[in-house]
Amino acid sequence: MSTRHHLVAGSALALALAATAGCNPPGSSKATQGDASVASQSYVAPGAKDEYYLFYSGGHSGQVYVAGLPSMRHISTIPVFAPYPATGYGFDEESKAMMGRFTWGDVHHPGLSQTGGKYDGRWLFVNDNANNRIARVDLRDFKTRQILGPIPNSSGNHGSSFVTENSEYVLVATRFSVPLPKGRYADPANYQTEFNGMVSGIRVDPKTGEMSVGWQVLTPPFNWDLGSTGKGPSSGWAFWTSYNSEMAHETLEATSTQGERDYAAIVNWRAAEQAVKDGKATMMDGVPVIDPAKVPGVLYFLAVPKSPHGIDTDPSGRWIAASGKLQPVTSVFDFEKIQKAIASKTFEGEVRGIPVIKHDAVIEGEVPVGLGPLHTQYDGKGNAYTSLYVESAVAKWSLPPWNDAQKKDLNSIVLDKIPVQFNIGHLVIGGSDTKEPYGKYLVAMNKLSKGRHVSVGPSQPESSQLIDISGKKMQMLYEAYTEPEPHFAQILKADAIAPIEVYPKAENTNPNAVWDASQAGITRSGNKVEVKMVAIRSRFIPDKIEVKAGDEVTIHVTNVEQTTDMIHGLGIIEHDMNVVIDPGETKTAKFVAGKPGVYAFYCTNFCSALHQEMQGYLAVKP
Amino acid sequence: MNARIVSMNRLLDRPLSMPGRLLLLVGVVLLVVGATLPLWRISLVAPQYEEGLTLDMYTYRIAAGNNGQDLAEINTLNHYIGMKPIAEADFLEMKVLPFAIGVFALFGLRAVVVGRVMSLVDLGVSFLYFGAFSLGSFAYRLYSYGHQLSPHAPMKITPFMPVVIGSQQIANFVQTSLPLAGTFCMGAFLVLVCAALWHSVRGAGREVA
Repeated sequence: MSTRHHLVAGSALALALAATAGCNPPGSSKATQGDASVASQSYVAPGAKDEYYLFYSGGHSGQVYVAGLPSMRHISTIPVFAPYPATGYGFDEESKAMMGRFTWGDVHHPGLSQTGGKYDGRWLFVNDNANNRIARVDLRDFKTRQILGPIPNSSGNHGSSFVTENSEYVLVATRFSVPLPKGRYADPANYQTEFNGMVSGIRVDPKTGEMSVGWQVLTPPFNWDLGSTGKGPSSGWAFWTSYNSEMAHETLEATSTQGERDYAAIVNWRAAEQAVKDGKATMMDGVPVIDPAKVPGVLYFLAVPKSPHGIDTDPSGRWIAASGKLQPVTSVFDFEKIQKAIASKTFEGEVRGIPVIKHDAVIEGEVPVGLGPLHTQYDGKGNAYTSLYVESAVAKWSLPPWNDAQKKDLNSIVLDKIPVQFNIGHLVIGGSDTKEPYGKYLVAMNKLSKGRHVSVGPSQPESSQLIDISGKKMQMLYEAYTEPEPHFAQILKADAIAPIEVYPKAENTNPNAVWDASQAGITRSGNKVEVKMVAIRSRFIPDKIEVKAGDEVTIHVTNVEQTTDMIHGLGIIEHDMNVVIDPGETKTAKFVAGKPGVYAFYCTNFCSALHQEMQGYLAVKP
Repeated sequence: MNARIVSMNRLLDRPLSMPGRLLLLVGVVLLVVGATLPLWRISLVAPQYEEGLTLDMYTYRIAAGNNGQDLAEINTLNHYIGMKPIAEADFLEMKVLPFAIGVFALFGLRAVVVGRVMSLVDLGVSFLYFGAFSLGSFAYRLYSYGHQLSPHAPMKITPFMPVVIGSQQIANFVQTSLPLAGTFCMGAFLVLVCAALWHSVRGAGREVA
């Protein structure tokens, strides 16, 4: 079919849609932009590769997902806080130990490690809102390497994971204030006096990425929300929004939304670090905690309208956009003015000994972006993009400096708006939180998809939409249905990293690794049976394990392959056991042999033409 | 008849010409360099091995592609058809070849210094024989690998002869064997020996007459 025929067919379709649109009530936007000509812009042919990685959080699924951009294809799942039999995560002893006593987490905001204010492609940090943890994914092998937490004195790790310019810290803030130290009882009726929030600096070892709790700053029991770190002029600072500055403890929907403004926290994290060095902190649950009323210069408050959500520093580090989700404006603050106000003590009072920076002294302008503004991202070309939850749209606007005419009518700096389907939460532009954003694509992460796809029953997927932001006008390119539930994401240029594809034999330091059939074997001491096993196409060595009922069985299995993609799995029938071993890896499975009988074990990860024959028996004697 | 033999002997006794000696010297250098370069590449390409599995044969070792991993991979694949694992230790040639090349280089150098046409003929002929024997031995080794298949192998395939030069399809693989730089250096050595010979004997007929 020629292009012309396509066009004819396309316009016929468009006419048909226009005709039916007449039957819909005004404002209905069921079908949008049915223009196939943009398809080529996100099309990545079979065998061709995407230009960017999209790392998106999986919310309460506990996982991180990897998609490609612009194709939006789901490529891989990185299990973090929940077991994932597909990769054997949560079944072997190592990952079980890492997950601790939890089987899920609520992943919200992935943050890529940075060096000099740019992505360095080393690690991806993700938070667990539910169990106060933070995890580090190594981008060398796309594996979760550490889970830190539950973080002491922090409850509801939502305001995370905000990485400082050189990955000195991943910054974290408490969403749900509780009586501290954790474990102490107090009546929620005494919320204002007994409860506290916390801002934490999670220190990152510059070489290994190993995380530890560096310091904490005690706060009033506001509910800390989103944050961002500074750079350039705001280097060494971090910002969080809060809701519930009313410090209510029940029916927050109404009780915490009465005030016109809530507080943002303006945190000098370098000062916090120094205060701890100077011995100005007191230990609480093993962590040095700073009381900011006693250590001036660490924490300031800034009133922002109303029930704010996102607070995002622009690539220059000077402009900070905070969006009040219940007010149709995004407030732009000037960090240079903030510093001046702090220096000249231009405050409008204090809250519990914390100075409140005078709002009017630091505001640059309130941009009328639209209804329900949440988060702002930047393209590095002077433009900002704010998600509008209520309006289901993305607004594009110009960052300051603004000329007098623009200042007079800030409507004029709102350059473009594009509807999304539907109810956008976060949005992401590659490198928006760095000094050099990629500025080519924007991904809108929508909370609802409401029938834009074949029905899959009541539990509908979230939609994510790819928007081209390279031109003057935003253009919708593609939509995909992402794993539940994407909150925030990070976009990384594909060539910024070079992941390994096998674990080199030389790097395997596991003392239980065996590389040769002659080293494999079974040893018993008392009722403990230890198996050292080799997995290779297409056999397990040994392939017969004899134990007695009640024995404690430990199987160390080494995948001795050194070939890309040659993965083996060890699934044991009726033993709730599936460990998956990457080439060159050794993993340990531990279980108690229960009911007598003979149980097959087999390779769960398709490996070769004789994969089906890769099996053996666990014989449990009575 | 007798005169012919005498004239031939006289020709063989002629010292090498100076350009001939230089050509030979270059040849010896190439021979030694060639001994350090890969002689032959065997590669296997299949849909799931698009980048190919390669074995580079040197005079003294086998270098497998992908940091040596391809040898293990080829052996793992070969176990399905019952081919015995390819091991460097089995290649006796690799112990002999560097020594042999050393001998050729030494004889070459001697000819450069005190060479006569006779020694060049010896060098050329014996090197030709050595080359043909090595190639033959290589072919025989390939033949043995492809024909001594274990009867207990998971997959039964007709015994096959991997090609010595060129390409052929074996199951899902396209197997290709091609000479590499080392072989070309060896060939160049032979060509230079011949060139040196030609240079040293040209015009000899006139003198003899």
